[in-house]
Amino acid sequence: MTRTAAGLVAYINARLLDPATGLDARGAVLTNGETIADVGPGLFQGGVPTGITVVDCTGLCLAPGLVDMRVQLREPGEEHKETMKSAGEAAVGGGVTSLVCLPNTDPVIDEVATVEFVARRARKVGLCKVYPYAAATKNLEGVELSEMGMLAEAGALAFTDGTKAIRNSLVMRQALSYAATFGAMIIQHPEDPALAEGGVMNEGELATRMGLSGIPAAAEAIMLERDMRLVELTRGRYHAAHVSTAAGIDVIRRAKARNLAVTCDTAPPYFALNELAVSDYRTFAKLSPPLRAETDRQAVVEALVDGTIDAIASDHAPQDQDSKRQPFAQAEFGGIGLETLLAATLELFHNGHLGLIQALRLITVAPAGIVGLPAGRLKVGTAADLMLFDPDRGWKVDPHAFRSKSKNTPFDARPMQGVVLRTVVDGRTVYLRDG
Amino acid sequence: MTDAPFPHRHLLGIQGLGQQEIADLLDLADGYVEQNRSVDKRKNLLRGRTVINLFFENSTRTRTSFELAGKRLGADVINMQVAASSVQKGETLIDTAMTLNAMHLDVLVVRHPDSGAVHLLSQKVNCSVINGGDGSHEHPTQALLDALTIRRRKGRLSGLTVAICGDVLHSRVARSNITLLNTMGARVRLLGPRTLLPSAVERLGVEVFHDMRKGLEDVDVIMMLRIQHERMRGNFIPSIREYFHFFGLDAEKLDMAKPDAVIMHPGPMNRGVEIDSDVADDVERSLIREQVEMGVAVRMACLDALTRALPNSSGAAS
Repeated sequence: MTRTAAGLVAYINARLLDPATGLDARGAVLTNGETIADVGPGLFQGGVPTGITVVDCTGLCLAPGLVDMRVQLREPGEEHKETMKSAGEAAVGGGVTSLVCLPNTDPVIDEVATVEFVARRARKVGLCKVYPYAAATKNLEGVELSEMGMLAEAGALAFTDGTKAIRNSLVMRQALSYAATFGAMIIQHPEDPALAEGGVMNEGELATRMGLSGIPAAAEAIMLERDMRLVELTRGRYHAAHVSTAAGIDVIRRAKARNLAVTCDTAPPYFALNELAVSDYRTFAKLSPPLRAETDRQAVVEALVDGTIDAIASDHAPQDQDSKRQPFAQAEFGGIGLETLLAATLELFHNGHLGLIQALRLITVAPAGIVGLPAGRLKVGTAADLMLFDPDRGWKVDPHAFRSKSKNTPFDARPMQGVVLRTVVDGRTVYLRDG
Repeated sequence: MTDAPFPHRHLLGIQGLGQQEIADLLDLADGYVEQNRSVDKRKNLLRGRTVINLFFENSTRTRTSFELAGKRLGADVINMQVAASSVQKGETLIDTAMTLNAMHLDVLVVRHPDSGAVHLLSQKVNCSVINGGDGSHEHPTQALLDALTIRRRKGRLSGLTVAICGDVLHSRVARSNITLLNTMGARVRLLGPRTLLPSAVERLGVEVFHDMRKGLEDVDVIMMLRIQHERMRGNFIPSIREYFHFFGLDAEKLDMAKPDAVIMHPGPMNRGVEIDSDVADDVERSLIREQVEMGVAVRMACLDALTRALPNSSGAAS
């Protein structure tokens, strides 16, 4: 199925925000078919020539579409939780125009055929752009390396065992080394599985009071420390997903000071929430890694400000009611995040931690750069992936209004600021908010 | 060849051999190539000498090559395949050496799965020792036969660019060849996935490539290494098909090399794993058959050179 984009479209009266260049000015964007044809403060000051479709942005913010570098799709295999279609709807509703999905589907994305299946399905759905990571080890078992060379040729952006840590040090060493053969990156879920086993929340006073078994913050730092040694040994390219603790951040900070090829991201719950969110045994706040102590949350904010954390990803993890309506220990981990990524990130701006451009950078050009996508910027000649939004407009999180098939948000009923009004992918408007 | 006798009692590795010594061995071997092509292949240079091929690892071609070399020089040659006998009975390497000393042999050819084992044995026996391959360390006669093959085809070694491709990590052939080619003034490139290249290998005076096409650009000689079956699944490479896709030598990748580039392989080949059959069997470019022929000549030269220096030789007193 092919959808042809409109010819020439002018987005005028916009506050242009381009985190790649720091541009923040009144101006316009002209798209021609699927690409950005022109952009700038002076554009169309003398009016828009006839023959060009005009979109009046009424002074609101026009930015590159968001790039979400960590999303769990449940298709293939668990379509009752999320499909390519429902995830695509949720993504564009949240301003996300490119997402990268984890390989932990059923079947696992560890074969060229599965990589191609994801690409084909996403094209057919035709909403947000979907790129896969492929498994670092066959069937995510942590034993045998996957065919990284051929998977990368087929379009896998990087290699990860998804929500499982690569536990065996030799396997991690070989994975980093083998991936580096092809210039590819390994993404780790940084958590020592032995220390985390059986744990359901952050270890500490609250877990003790609640009678739940904890996962110590050290589980993250220990795995990261080990991995840094292996990165140094192999000179491989490494990315740590959803860093959540002060100790873990410290490891990354030191590794960067030693010029290792290391980056990391975090997810909104880790800078917007702390472990108190689970205090009523709220399973929607049961995440992996778990929500941490307030001091950890503050360290995450600080690391976002000083650049130790390179990007923010939604860590979208759909779970159906049956998986979450369980005693806390038995409930599944994970929360959805595609539709709260922008507003949660903007909290960093509204709270005065980051400028608007800096906040947007973390969810556009920064993650795009990490995974090697030419996205997340207002650049002539690149794909016309745009997001029109109002950074100030308030709303309250209502899971039932979400387009995602699963409703398990940890931000239920939270007041937020920042609303997506229009999302454009390859020059086509794929989302338009009414009202 | 210079008249100076070979100055070493053993041939344990290429490491430690000078340019002139290598050139002398190759010159000597050149003569044996001609002898081997004539009807009367026998010479009685080693009459009365005893050569034992002591193999702690399975081998057909290297053992046969040494056996033939010894016999053509008139020596008594005995093959001992040890893997299944003494080692299982608990005999140590030193015990084996003592046993051999009692047999009064002249040359011992040893292959052993452990790096350094041949060196250890050489310190304990009274005869000359030739390393027939020790672990992942050295295989000097293979490097010499490769050099002879190249020199006969290209007329020189100096200034050539040689690509060694594949499992360098586990390869004694690669290590001996790197040393020999560097000594003789050739430029060496190593090509392979990073998991099959040993750490700090660039310190050995080689250029390292992970993209086979780039690494083969303008090379004169391509040496393919054998991938052991046990490395094909799991931690070193994910699969045979992936390995062949990126690092197997086929016509398309071969196109990157010089038009007169030649192909070598120490054997036995895994067709469709590290080398495509069409390429391996290309009579214009594949020197794989010549390598086997040169192997016998080189081993004759080594036996010749080492026994010349032995006591009792040509009436010299012990």
